[in-house]
Amino acid sequence: MADIAVPELDGHIRIPLIHEGATAHYHTQVAGPEHQKPLGYPGELVDNWQEVAINKLGEILETNKALKVFMDICVKCGSCTDKCHYFLGTADPKNMPVARQDLLRKVYRRYFTLGGKLFPKLVGAEDLTEKVLDEWYTYYNQCSQCRRCSVFCPYGIDTAEFSMAARRIMGEIGKGNKYCNEIVNKVFTTGNNLGIPGPALEGTLEFLEEEVKEDTGVDVRFPMDEKGAEVLLITPSADFFSAPHVDSLVGYAKVFHQAGVSWTVSSYASEFANFGMFIGDFHAMRKIAQRIKDMAQDFGVKRVIVGECGHAWRVGHSFWNTLVGPWDFLDQRYPVPQHICEFTYDLVQRGAIKFDKSKNDHRVVTFHDSCNVARASSMGGFEGGQFEIPRALIRACCNHYVDMAEETIREKTYCCGGGGGLLTDDLIELRVQGTLPRAQALHQVMDSHGVNFLALICAICKAQFTKVLPYYGMDMEMVGGVHQLISDAIVLEANPEI
Amino acid sequence: MSPFSLLYTALAYAAILVFIGGFLYRIWVYAKTPEPLVIVGTPGAKTSLGTAARLGMDVVFFTSLFKGNKAIWIGAYVFHGALCLIIFRHLRYIFEPLPEWFMYVQPIGIYAGLAALPALLYLWARRLLHERTRYISSFSDHFALLLLIAIVGTGLLMKFAVRTDVVAAKAFILGLVRLHPVPAPVDFWFLLHFTLVLVLLVYFPFSKLMHAGGIFFSPTRNQMDTPRSRRHVAPF
Repeated sequence: MADIAVPELDGHIRIPLIHEGATAHYHTQVAGPEHQKPLGYPGELVDNWQEVAINKLGEILETNKALKVFMDICVKCGSCTDKCHYFLGTADPKNMPVARQDLLRKVYRRYFTLGGKLFPKLVGAEDLTEKVLDEWYTYYNQCSQCRRCSVFCPYGIDTAEFSMAARRIMGEIGKGNKYCNEIVNKVFTTGNNLGIPGPALEGTLEFLEEEVKEDTGVDVRFPMDEKGAEVLLITPSADFFSAPHVDSLVGYAKVFHQAGVSWTVSSYASEFANFGMFIGDFHAMRKIAQRIKDMAQDFGVKRVIVGECGHAWRVGHSFWNTLVGPWDFLDQRYPVPQHICEFTYDLVQRGAIKFDKSKNDHRVVTFHDSCNVARASSMGGFEGGQFEIPRALIRACCNHYVDMAEETIREKTYCCGGGGGLLTDDLIELRVQGTLPRAQALHQVMDSHGVNFLALICAICKAQFTKVLPYYGMDMEMVGGVHQLISDAIVLEANPEI
Repeated sequence: MSPFSLLYTALAYAAILVFIGGFLYRIWVYAKTPEPLVIVGTPGAKTSLGTAARLGMDVVFFTSLFKGNKAIWIGAYVFHGALCLIIFRHLRYIFEPLPEWFMYVQPIGIYAGLAALPALLYLWARRLLHERTRYISSFSDHFALLLLIAIVGTGLLMKFAVRTDVVAAKAFILGLVRLHPVPAPVDFWFLLHFTLVLVLLVYFPFSKLMHAGGIFFSPTRNQMDTPRSRRHVAPF
């Protein structure tokens, strides 16, 4: 573990006094030509980057109502200033949402508003200089696009829209971020973020089949590229290769088995994650989504069900229909896409799957609402379903469940600290510090209720918490998926009758 | 009409035109700019009625701000509520004849004025003294508050401290409204008050004051949370 100072946890979230420049030296690596060009971006900073950047900003302002309106109507009330986990964890004032927005807004004012053209000093307008570009690169790559600030804004101003636009502009002038761009490229070339080739994936799935058979004595299948299956499962590729993610994949397979529903994964579209969103690139986002639609058509499936992933659920739930819809070739009795939690919840409601809850009796579980699920999508077709359904699933398979403090869950949930394309070792200090509010809330229920399991439905949250909770003296084993809990408690039959 | 009155009347009309034209132009820009994706803040309503209710609650009660910060909410709410009542009372300068009931309810605008001033001073004090708020403030943020403080202050002064010929003031404003201008009353406090209002009107469409109006176009609040069942089509 890197040497990063963290405060002693006491269960209280405090608002720090500001510390100018506290995170100014945190930098994620700039993408080189090999990670810029496949996205259609220039390989390095172009000579006339100011001009290109301002033109691009103008283009986004004309095509994105949110950014245009948000630029104008912020009144600087200050409601958002203590809402960002990165500000709470680092005290850097440029991590206050409005201050982060202002990095772009001051350039907007300088070049696109009368006040900024005439009296830049008075209205907080500034030329786009190298210093400003550096600030953009630093602080727009310290936003996890979690939208918590937006909840408390009287106008719903969403800083994520600013960071997406800024990253898009930076990509276009030759200063994209390596971590995100590289991952997008991997999906283009191999079908998933991790760059796993088809044969390796097949091997993993075979291995899992054997494992489950050994554990349970039941033949639970993990099919790949099986045309004619009813369901195409699209899940974050971390579910295939990372711990604790893979335990949730086992959970999905057991649920499909018990439901008697045939399913398959695709080696071509083996990724639910869509980092195109993080860099604000609609074309990359659409290209990644299109791979999934192509496979659904090619396989002739009736339904697309997706695994536990937060930002990808936002893309799937809220954007797929716009980006690559309509999905009218699928069975319209089911939502497109359907979340695995919705699928399992439906079975639980109908009594079609049973649990031996005592299998989870060694656990006291709490649930972390992942930001993109909580604030950018929904589940079950009813308001707040994204909060109730995962909790209902946990309660269905566990006897001991407790929520964290009200102001840290549901729509007010804190980001894990690694979302938005920041899950890179370059930013490990930021990631550790940004987890502070969540760690405090978790510490509180560990202290008061003996919580020893943090249930999640997001691949990034899982990876982030396993990595950073140990800095706070917590065990990485306490992190896992909701379908991991399902997997441990589900009652399996050799030939279930549905 | 004296050259001064002529010039002043011309400036008043110009200010009003800038306000109306500028405001409508900005709203038109907001309205025509496309929304590439559904980015509603969730949990969001699944019906248009529910969405209108959600937005309406934010417009009328500042519900999101209430969630975010009670100390700002109280200052903001008292001020905006008072502003509505003050504007309501000022209708007596624009309409003639006035209905009888108006005479009974209009004094509430006086109390509103008395509430607005401390609310504005409180918000300004926050901007000056509260560390994070001071950090995010630029001159224009102070300016908007100072302008409002000056407008409310001169208004209260005319009500309670200095004598103003309100009949002449009303005649002047009615003249403007009816497009039959009459000379402006030569009254320092009235002219100061009225001029400050004209400054506010001109400033409005070029500033963050566009949050009035702009809020209705905020996609995180006005979109419906039904992207799976209703395809949102966008040109991009």
